[in-house]
Order: sequence, then C-alpha cells, then structure tokens
Amino acid sequence: MLASLLIVFREVLEAGLIVGIVLAATQGVAGRAVWIAGGIAAGVLGATVLAVFAGTLSDAFGGNGQEIFNASILAAAVVMLGWHNIWMASHGREMAQQIKAVGVEVSAGNRPLFAVAFVVTAAVLREGAEIVLFLYGIAASGGGGWPMLLLGGALGIAGGGAVSWLLYRGLLAIPIGRLFQVTSWLIALLAAGMASQSVALLAKADIVPSWGFEIWDTSWLLDESSIVGRAMRALVGYSDRPMGIQLVAYLATLGALVIGARLVNASSARNTPNVSPVAE
Amino acid sequence: MGLATLPALAADPIVLVLKGNRFAPNAVTAPAGTKVRLEVRNEDATPAEFESHDLRVEKIIAPGGRITVLVGPLKPGTYKFFDDYHPDTANGTLTAIPTGQ
Repeated sequence: MLASLLIVFREVLEAGLIVGIVLAATQGVAGRAVWIAGGIAAGVLGATVLAVFAGTLSDAFGGNGQEIFNASILAAAVVMLGWHNIWMASHGREMAQQIKAVGVEVSAGNRPLFAVAFVVTAAVLREGAEIVLFLYGIAASGGGGWPMLLLGGALGIAGGGAVSWLLYRGLLAIPIGRLFQVTSWLIALLAAGMASQSVALLAKADIVPSWGFEIWDTSWLLDESSIVGRAMRALVGYSDRPMGIQLVAYLATLGALVIGARLVNASSARNTPNVSPVAE
Repeated sequence: MGLATLPALAADPIVLVLKGNRFAPNAVTAPAGTKVRLEVRNEDATPAEFESHDLRVEKIIAPGGRITVLVGPLKPGTYKFFDDYHPDTANGTLTAIPTGQ
C-alpha cells in the first residue's frame, strides 16, 4: 500500500504544485474557478484517453511518440505561461490596486484565462496518465491485496492535493500588492523548468543535440528522485544532472519572460499616466 | 557542428525484456563514451514504466509494447534502472565500460 501511496502522491504533488501557483496567480479574477476546474477536468479526461492509447502513442513518430507528445505539450504550456506573464506585466498593478481598494473580484476583461486553464490541463494530463496506467495495472493484475493498493492510491491523491493546497494558502499570505510580483517570478521559473524538460525529452529522442549529457551532478546535495527533488523539479525545473541544452533552454526562457515583462511594463506605464504607480 | 564531431553510436540496441515483472537480462554492459540505444520490450499483460534516475529516462511501455531510448555518452560506472510500477522485482543495472584505453 505504501508503494502505491508514494507513486500516486508524487505525481499528484507535481501537478498540484503547478495548479497551486496558477490559482495564486489568478487570485481575485472573476470566473477563474470555472476555467481552472475545467482545466483539471480536461486533464483527467485527457489522461484517461492517453492511457488507453499509450501503446499507439509510443509507436508513433518512429517510436518517439511519447517524447514528441510530451515535449509539445510542455512547449505549448511555456508559451501560455509567457502570455500570462506578459499580460500581468501590463495589467497586474492596476488589478492589484482594484482588488485592494474594492476587496472583491475584478472582471477578467480580455484576460487570457484560457492560457492558465491550458497550463493546468497540461500538468494534470502529463502526471495523470501515469497514475491511470499504474492503477489500471493494479486492477488488471487482479491478485490479492489490490484493494489495499487502490486505498494507497486514494490516500496518495488526498496527500498530494493537501500539500498543493498548503502551497496555495501560503502564497495567499502575501499581501495582494506583492502577490502578483511573486507569482510572476514563480511562473517564469515554472516556464523555464518546463522548457528545460521539453528539450531534454527531444534530446532523448535524438531530435535535438544534448550539448553534454551531464554538465554537473548535484544528486549528492538534492536527489531529483526524492520527493523534495521532484517538487523542486516541478516548481523551478531543478535537475541534478542537467544536459547542456537544458541549461540553454532554461536561461533563454527565463530571460525572455523577465525581459519581455520589463519591456511591456515600461511601455504600459508610459501609456497610462493616469494610473499612479504603487509605491515600492 | 559536423557529423564527424558527434560521438559514435553503438550499432545494435541493448535489448531488455520485461516478463513476470522482472528484467531479463537484469545486468548489461555498454561501452562508455558513446551514445547507447536501449530497447525495452514489455511481455507482461500490464503496463510498465521504464525508469532510471541515473540515465534520466522515464517512459511508459504498454502491455506487449516496446520502446527505445537513447542515453549517453556515459561516463564509466554503474547505472540503475527499474520498472516504476514494480520497483521491488523489476530492476537492473547497466554498466558502462571504458573502451580503447
């Protein structure tokens, strides 16, 4: 039971941490609950479909179907996170002021809620397919003791959900004026980590070069396969033995998001002189 | 980057068969310093996930399916792998051996 609890806990935690950040980043936006719940539902449904077609997917693209599929999903999620952050750079400040002043939800306007819903779907889809296959394997092998394994799986889902909820609540302790700054950074790191994982998959399929299979080894410090290591991988893209191309993708994505947000922020501040800047 | 600068790729894949939730063979060797192709066949009726932290591989194998992964160039040493769904029984090692010297 413990083994199945751990495997499910781990996967739920990885997806849940991403959902927690997205929830915090969309704090105070009307209609976000529907979009995010829809994203989770689409992810669960997609994971089930993906599990059913796991064999077909594996054989696609000359045996590289899994890598290409996962890498594409990650790359799309990176674009969506970038879109979200650029949008926040131009509207985050006035949104924070409105929420603080009025204390209620602000209208979403032309906010790209679709983008965050997609990120949630991608996170749940990726981790969920593994859980579905694992639980299917338990059920299919019949054998005594599988009710205990399924109980372990249920506890794993509850545990992973609980830790993700704590992260979300913890982020909410940040004052609203600062919250969007913090979540913008978290999302930039999340996107950089996803970009790095995406190119690692492509290198594994021999589609892009690795530029060095193991640039350094910090597994003695933080093992990527431990629970904390996995959480750090999901949150900030930690890798204990990164490939060269992962570093390039990570830094390029982080740089693009941070510089892009700065540029948009500067130009929107110029174009809306009637909005007084928040004292910082 | 010219083709000549790429590390040589070992010609034949190393084949691992999963049956009864065990790997056969469960200990293989490969030349260090070259890219190595691993082929894993799942002859069980349940899905498996071929995983190795050391080789940074995590790939699902459908029942009756097969996958290939490319790893390396590897430093000499021993690399562990396992089926993430049955890690207690389905595990093994790949040892990279220095060549040429």
